[in-house]
Amino acid sequence: MIEIKISKLLQGAEGTFSLDIDECIPPGQIITLYGSSGAGKTSLLRIIAGLINPDIGHIKVNEQTWFDKTQGINLKPGKRSIGMVFQDYALFPNMTVRKNLIYACDTSRDPELVDRLIEVVELKQLENRRPNTLSGGQQQRVALARALAGRPKLLLLDEPLSALDAEMRKKLQDYILAVHRQFDLTTILVSHDAGEIFKLSDRVIHLEDGKVVNNNTAVEMFSQRHLSGKFQFIGEVLEIATEDVVSVIAVLIDNHLVKIIVDEQTAAGLSLGDRVLVASKAFNPVIKKI
Amino acid sequence: MDFTPLILTLKLAAITTGVLLVISIPIARWLAYSRRRFKPLIETLVSMPLVLPPTVLGFYLLLAFSPDSLPGQLLENWFGIRLAFSFPGLVIASVIYSLPFMVHPIQSGLSSLPQSLQEASKVMDKSYLTTLLSVELPNIKPSLLTGLILTFAHTVGEFGVVLMIGGSIPNRTRVASIAIYDEVEALNYHTAHQYSLVLLALAFGVLLLVYLVNGGYLKRFWQ
Repeated sequence: MIEIKISKLLQGAEGTFSLDIDECIPPGQIITLYGSSGAGKTSLLRIIAGLINPDIGHIKVNEQTWFDKTQGINLKPGKRSIGMVFQDYALFPNMTVRKNLIYACDTSRDPELVDRLIEVVELKQLENRRPNTLSGGQQQRVALARALAGRPKLLLLDEPLSALDAEMRKKLQDYILAVHRQFDLTTILVSHDAGEIFKLSDRVIHLEDGKVVNNNTAVEMFSQRHLSGKFQFIGEVLEIATEDVVSVIAVLIDNHLVKIIVDEQTAAGLSLGDRVLVASKAFNPVIKKI
Repeated sequence: MDFTPLILTLKLAAITTGVLLVISIPIARWLAYSRRRFKPLIETLVSMPLVLPPTVLGFYLLLAFSPDSLPGQLLENWFGIRLAFSFPGLVIASVIYSLPFMVHPIQSGLSSLPQSLQEASKVMDKSYLTTLLSVELPNIKPSLLTGLILTFAHTVGEFGVVLMIGGSIPNRTRVASIAIYDEVEALNYHTAHQYSLVLLALAFGVLLLVYLVNGGYLKRFWQ
């Protein structure tokens, strides 16, 4: 159980605001920190990692105190048993893929771990390459493997997939799910992408202006509970065309462009670029083996 | 041609560069990462030799090293060292004079590294020293090389400070740049030419080396 009760003044785009968190995270889950940019997600992740210190409060993990302002306890990042994937991956350019992993790993205690990790993220052929010769997705896999090389209990991912294309994202989401299970982790990730959140997370903590506005499962958070559609997709409104009495909305769901007919009233409430939930009751779907 | 001034020059430059490498890395690291309020003051002090006339620096160092001054007295009474008009005195003066040439490249090299590299190493429970030696310095090799070469070349080119502190004592403080001055004064243009040409070639050679290495030309050649 991770118990976080902290507060910190942060510098935002529109002046200072206070990040106030009072949450408990059960072990073994994947938790997503969701919210608009500047809401304090990355700061919260960095506070958990010990890279920045909260102004007041405490962080306790499995009865071990990582941070407590009143008692003057502040465990160093290296002593917190965490693995972290940075937004820019932070791979060491002077080391090969394998050396990046060896640097992060206590090879005397765990001599086979590096080989195992290279296998899990399928990097055997690239192990002697330098990071700057790899593609974004490959670098991300190295970063993920490296974050696990220290045998962490808690894996922190700071928008790890934001720079990748849709296909690569899917693949890497699978890697994240796989290592989460294989290495028995508690995972906290920062993500903006509703599809990704649906696929990965057990719970979503929704932050706005430094405050938790919602803490729920992904389905409940995005469907707001009152829909019972069997099909649900999150998409982005690309076009709104009004034709006679109805409007046709073009929605991009993953890579698929879908046209949906809505009444004028619904169309009036939408604007281009809106994130929308498209749901349908599955009365007569056609299923074909491919 | 008497080679001792040239050898003395190279010896002075080599020792100065070595000493500066060791003391500049912590200074540069502090300047690159610190957010202390008095940082501009330290930055100014480090950069002073760039704009100060060398004779001014030399004059004050000479006063400080003189046996009549308090620091000079302390050194002489406690350690039996007299720095004025001696080779160790030249080394100390050169270290101060060339300090910005080593600190600035390393500082800008470290500042340009993404902060996340350091943080990643911290999360892996690595000490500052391990992070410095395994991550930071290997990733700023061009900056280190620039610092080394510039410091070396700048020390070779010293004149004012050396003259003030060391005078022109053969085998002890008569470095090549002073020897040229002496030879010209004595109208020995031929010898002055010889010394000058060696320094000219040296300066050209080391700078060319910096640009070849940092531009990646040598690597391309070898591959």
